[in-house]
Amino acid sequence: MILALVEHDEGTPEELSLEGVAMARELATAEGDSLEVVAVGDEADALGEALGEHGVEAVHCVAHDRLEGETYAPDAWAESVAQLADDCGATAITGPGTDRGRDVLARVGTKLDAPLATDCLGVEVADDGAYELRRNRWGGSLIEHARLEGNRKLLTAAEHEFSSEPAASAVEATVSAFEPDLEDDDLAVRVDRVEAGDEEGISLGEARVVVGGGRGVGSAADYDQLEELAELLGGTVGASRAAVNEGWRPHDDQVGQTGAKISPDIYIACGISGAVQHMVGCKGADSLLAINTDPEAAIIQKADWAVIGDLHEVVPALNDALREAD
Amino acid sequence: MRVLACLKRVPNTGARIVLTEDEQRIDASGLGFTMSPHEECAIEEAVAQVETHGGSAHLLTLGPSEADEQLRTGLAMQADEATLLETDGEEWSPRATADALADGIDRLADDEGFDLLLFGNESADAANYQVGVRVASELGYPCVTGIKDLEIEDGTAIARREVPGGEEVYELDLPAVVTVKEGLNEPRYASMRAKMQARQQDTESMEPRAETRAGGLEKVRLEAPETDDSPAEILGEGPEAVPEIVETLAEEEVV
Repeated sequence: MILALVEHDEGTPEELSLEGVAMARELATAEGDSLEVVAVGDEADALGEALGEHGVEAVHCVAHDRLEGETYAPDAWAESVAQLADDCGATAITGPGTDRGRDVLARVGTKLDAPLATDCLGVEVADDGAYELRRNRWGGSLIEHARLEGNRKLLTAAEHEFSSEPAASAVEATVSAFEPDLEDDDLAVRVDRVEAGDEEGISLGEARVVVGGGRGVGSAADYDQLEELAELLGGTVGASRAAVNEGWRPHDDQVGQTGAKISPDIYIACGISGAVQHMVGCKGADSLLAINTDPEAAIIQKADWAVIGDLHEVVPALNDALREAD
Repeated sequence: MRVLACLKRVPNTGARIVLTEDEQRIDASGLGFTMSPHEECAIEEAVAQVETHGGSAHLLTLGPSEADEQLRTGLAMQADEATLLETDGEEWSPRATADALADGIDRLADDEGFDLLLFGNESADAANYQVGVRVASELGYPCVTGIKDLEIEDGTAIARREVPGGEEVYELDLPAVVTVKEGLNEPRYASMRAKMQARQQDTESMEPRAETRAGGLEKVRLEAPETDDSPAEILGEGPEAVPEIVETLAEEEVV
């Protein structure tokens, strides 16, 4: 049996979880095995209706009085998944490509003494039963071909590599409660409280227009021009790691492998060379306009359009033109 | 307080990743090596916590003898001691890495043990997202992952993790394992003098011990995915290109 961990909002599965289910379904089909789901949290029993059309035959709702409410307790989640996997003989357990998916599956790996492959792009079952998979490295700028072996194989899906659409044929999903044995130690790590962030401005991840600035901007004050351009276009400002390291922008503005991943309609990259670390963060952009003094810069190869010139001259002139057109 | 930060030597990537002919690794001959960005923050946090609470900051890595270079970078950031679990440079699976690190931590702990163990949330290269969690499990310590804010108060770690719309707050008793993300702090620049001193310091090298090197997940080969490197359409040079930019933005329905 292939067991998929699903995150949900009061019975509505999250998109990345459906992608994880799609990866699990491919494995179930290849192995001629059943596809089942485990979920924690209030109203998980409502998942049956939504998941049947994704080919899920059974939904196991973790039921424990210490896990009621919106409590995230990663060891307790992992212990529950591991116990269920033992009970129903899961040969593979999948998770969504989320912080929680990777966090929980890593812990399941310690409990079942099983290997985990994260960020998988595709999986095939080899003749000897091993999984031959492709997974992301370097934030997706490199692909690893790997073999995953053992009686229990753990995998998480890469973001947006598998479809979240329903399966070709729907089934009727049974829904049942699973009561794990949990001890105090399993609840030692848990979310004590959630603090709301300040919701100022447009978040980088959701912005339709992002104006990015790199080392070529030259100083913190020079971001004013970029701020203005972003404002004129209804967008927000991002920065390269080099600019953040210079102290010109806070880390929250960083676009890249160790910063935000953006997916705007257009990304305007000003004074950014186009290092791998940065491009990983903006590859989700529909289109890319680069403004750079160096026609040989890597970003010029990766952009759709480029302006060869000094951003300190081009951006203010562009701002003037946009204001006039307004 | 004894604090340990683990780090990993990884290639610099620059503008383009080039693989060696056998597709087993990145050709680092041009750009050299660094450490994963999250781990620079782990080292900074270790040193800063020791500056606040007293004690000592230790560094540990599993890697080839050349990883001594990254340990010295950490020593220049004012860490106190550094240990290398020396390999032949072949890649170890995440399970085997965790095995060897947990064993190494045991050996370094002596009678005192460590109060706080810091890891990067994931390494820059292999990004397996699990070594810290597995080490915590082997040592029997609680673990939180993906932390971007950390305070230590009276033997308790208060750790914050970003989630959509806010932050999850965890409170856990020390000793604990915390895996961190870049943005946790601003790693200090080592002064030239600190770098010179770090060169003189002793680092310890130990033989790593692990049950198996592959551990169920084995790399077969690496592949550099095809990228569309068709040159950009040049709209113009300097401010004279502004009308073309405006036209392009209008065509894209941005204005």
